[in-house]
Amino acid sequence: MNNEALHAYLTEQVPDATFDTSGEWLNVQVSVAAFRPLTEKLKKELQFNFLFCLTCVDWKTHLTMVYHLRSTQEGHHLVVKVNLDTQQPQIHTVCDLWRTAEFHEREVYELFGVDFLHHPDLRLLILPDGWEGKNPLRKDFDDPVNMIKL
Amino acid sequence: MFCLQPISSSAAKQAGFPGEVHETPGGGVVLSKLDDLINWARSNSLWPLTFATSCCGIEMMAVASAKYDFSRFGFEVARASPRQADVIIIAGTIVNKMAPVLKRLYDQMADPKYVIAMGACAISGGPFFYNTYSVIKGADHIIPVDVYIAGCPPRPEALLHALITLQEKIKKGYTREQIRQGSNS
Repeated sequence: MNNEALHAYLTEQVPDATFDTSGEWLNVQVSVAAFRPLTEKLKKELQFNFLFCLTCVDWKTHLTMVYHLRSTQEGHHLVVKVNLDTQQPQIHTVCDLWRTAEFHEREVYELFGVDFLHHPDLRLLILPDGWEGKNPLRKDFDDPVNMIKL
Repeated sequence: MFCLQPISSSAAKQAGFPGEVHETPGGGVVLSKLDDLINWARSNSLWPLTFATSCCGIEMMAVASAKYDFSRFGFEVARASPRQADVIIIAGTIVNKMAPVLKRLYDQMADPKYVIAMGACAISGGPFFYNTYSVIKGADHIIPVDVYIAGCPPRPEALLHALITLQEKIKKGYTREQIRQGSNS
């Protein structure tokens, strides 16, 4: 499936989705509500069986979840982006579709404080105990003891 | 003073052997201090600990490999156990979670033990000096360092230079504890 076919499919599934076609891979931005039903369709209908990157970006005004998907059968790629609220970032987990997301979502949870709904085991991944709720990769994170400001 | 078996003066000089050779008919007699002999032996048999935390470790491995080969200078084999190691080369970034591990490895090494801080991260935190919550700003906050090498990462030649500098320091004869005691009194 090439980028044009993916574009047509996604426009049909999520009419209010916005696209960025400038890169090698098709970027699609969807709302939080449309995200979960879309991921299930991508897995089952388009054979996106490999979530090879899951990360988050802090834009100060909002957070953006970024999911890089690949189909090892069909060879096509897709980047799904979802904007989240900075104060109460909540999104449905995808770790029941792609098992790898279980650890990656825990990492995003500890570094950005994103709350993944229905995640089976949402706790700190690498940070030691006592870091709950501190979210060191947020732009507004401050640690006057250990951090030297430029 | 310490007396050894007859030895030829040219062979002693070639090996950098400490002491004076007194020529006698049928060979020479070398006179040396026991401390000098011990330091000479120590400096030429420094086994490093297999310890690397980031990209400097790759350069360290290059120095161990055939092209640069630090075995030529007595750094022989990297030991996987701190009990068998004499020198720890801090090759890479030390983060808050790694710091207690590094301290424990250092404490487990048998005396005399030496520390080389390799690269910008080990010296000062390097590129992670500003705006980071997790990186120790210099390994010397955790354990005392004998030799620092600048670079990000340093060239293999720079590490060889640091290793030889450490040997020179040991051959001069004072341990870090002796230097500290001397400055206090």
